[in-house]
Amino acid sequence: MKKISKKTGKGGLGQLTIPIIAIALLFLFNLIRDPSFFLIEVTQNNYGNNVLSGNLISIINGASELAILAMGMTLVTAACGGQDISVGAAAAIAGSVFVKVLKSAPSIGGGVVLGAFVSACIVAMLFGSFNGTLVAVFKIQPMIATLILYTCGRSIAYWINGGATPTVDSKIITSIGGFIPGIPIPTPVLIVIAMALLFKLLFHFTSLELFTQSVGINESAARLNGINPTFIKLLSFIILGVCVSVSGTIGVSRLGLINHETLLLDIEMDTILAVAIGGNNLGGGRFKISGSIIGAYVIQMLTITLYAMKVSSTDVKAYKAIVIILLVVIGSPVVKEKFGRFVNRIKSSKTEVKGGAQEQ
Amino acid sequence: MNNFSSKKREPLTDALLLMTITICIFFAMYVLAMLLLGGGFLHAQQVFDMLNDNASLIIVSCGLTIVMIGGGIDISVGAVTSLVVMSCVLYLNGGGSLLGSILLALGIGLAFGLVHGLLISYLEIQPFIVTLAGMFFARGMTTILSVNPQKVDHAGVAKLRETQIVIPWLGYVARNGNLVPARIELGVVVAILCVITVFILLRYLKLGRNFYAMGGNQQSALMLGINVKRTRFFSYLISGLLSGISGYVFMMHTGAGNATNAAGMEMNAIASSIIGGTLLTGGVGNIIGTFFGTLTLTTIKKIVVSSGLNDPWWQSITTGGMLCFFILLQSVVLGRRAKKKKA
Repeated sequence: MKKISKKTGKGGLGQLTIPIIAIALLFLFNLIRDPSFFLIEVTQNNYGNNVLSGNLISIINGASELAILAMGMTLVTAACGGQDISVGAAAAIAGSVFVKVLKSAPSIGGGVVLGAFVSACIVAMLFGSFNGTLVAVFKIQPMIATLILYTCGRSIAYWINGGATPTVDSKIITSIGGFIPGIPIPTPVLIVIAMALLFKLLFHFTSLELFTQSVGINESAARLNGINPTFIKLLSFIILGVCVSVSGTIGVSRLGLINHETLLLDIEMDTILAVAIGGNNLGGGRFKISGSIIGAYVIQMLTITLYAMKVSSTDVKAYKAIVIILLVVIGSPVVKEKFGRFVNRIKSSKTEVKGGAQEQ
Repeated sequence: MNNFSSKKREPLTDALLLMTITICIFFAMYVLAMLLLGGGFLHAQQVFDMLNDNASLIIVSCGLTIVMIGGGIDISVGAVTSLVVMSCVLYLNGGGSLLGSILLALGIGLAFGLVHGLLISYLEIQPFIVTLAGMFFARGMTTILSVNPQKVDHAGVAKLRETQIVIPWLGYVARNGNLVPARIELGVVVAILCVITVFILLRYLKLGRNFYAMGGNQQSALMLGINVKRTRFFSYLISGLLSGISGYVFMMHTGAGNATNAAGMEMNAIASSIIGGTLLTGGVGNIIGTFFGTLTLTTIKKIVVSSGLNDPWWQSITTGGMLCFFILLQSVVLGRRAKKKKA
């Protein structure tokens, strides 16, 4: 959160206007509705650790998977001008592989968990490169290409588990999905921060950001300038694969079991939404990862606010839809332009009045 | 095959070529299933069952094909179908009339189409986001109306459901010696009417040709004097209307409203359109191809079930594999054409 305010402080809000307005409105709404919404308490969890709890914490914690996926999705969107709709299914596969490796080990230690994560990561990257190959080499629109994995991904996850929903019982897993003893902040939040830093470093030390943008804006121009668009697109899908495996691992660790049907269900739609709310053009080109991250928190905050208002979990979608429509209408180019003209007219009429006053 | 003889006269367009391939594959697959698996595939009722079960999917796919030809996407169709089913069931159980329920179904569909069209074409918001919100809204409204499954209890609807076209000579003799005639539900008639109407719209009417022009190249369509905004608006309006009709057909088929009705239908409809040769980039597509795309999608599922792969995951894994095959085929065919054109 701190990082964001720093970034926006540098030079104008720009692309981040909408997500920041949205989050501010939600804050304001909750402040008026019920100030106790923001209460953060220190409580003791089942394992006897002192941990933070409260609505704000559950927003930041609950949005972790979404935020991580949104980071990868932003890159794919920017490079390919389309979205990957198979992230939920791919996360189910990654989670299944993670659990499969854990289950095959005699005892679960740190090394085994790391090994399981690495294998989940490799599998997710393989599926990412499958999608990436279809998009980059065969020039298929991303949504169509990833429709394949969307259709069969969860079934593949089911197949990996052999038709069961195995559970894992280990202290390490619970601390990945919950709290590390001695640290009051939920571990998924720390993972999000780590991933955000990784992206920051990646963009700092490589030209990936520039290359991705140029491929997204004009592919042939990028190729003429010596950038390999095929490679950049493929790479964006592989990076998304890493994000998918991380969020799949978090999702599995939260519950301590893998359920191929419900793990990160419908997250692909929320992820794309986060990217769009973050002000990124879904048609590719310029992007800001920080926007997508705020977008993810906006979505989660909206959900938790609705829960706090005693809206049942199945009905939340309808209210969410109304807020989304309001947000995109405010952010739409036509409305922006009209509003801009309106503001200009007010300004010009003011200056006219001033000018008139000076003459007198 | 068709494309050999026609090459001399005039080359097949992309859409026609892809559609021909789909239709050929469908028939080849069906004949193979008849020869290798036999059983149900030998009866005409198998085809009619496929139509009976998928009438609403066919209708929804028609609407989606129009939107996709125009270069857009509508992922709300399944959710709108589900909402229409639920609201019609509740309306009828609350003592509503048959005509009223039909009007309600069309009204809901049109309302969704209207809002989508307005937001997408006149406010220039990305179609994916708008229809995603529409999908969320429709799904949420369905559960707000009722979380529990509702069975329709209305004499008129029962009569509609019983109205079937019975073809005795296409029937088969069951094991107990009785003749089981072939049955086609009323929904299939509606679906085929929709396919024919959309076919005429796309082939012969100005609006239909405008969809192709807009999807092919928006800029040149604008320069040709086509009102692009209005055309786009109409594509979403028609898609919404067809979702409404599909909801009513769905209700006639299942006779019950359920929050999970038509789950994943939007993706099945997109898959059907793609298999039928419609491109998501717009400008290319054919409604007959979509119709056969739906049948191909259903046939592969039936084949998997009847060939004894009973594990629950095989159905969707084979569907995914087949989708992959068709998508790659499209890419290769179109890539080749593009190269030829350049040369």
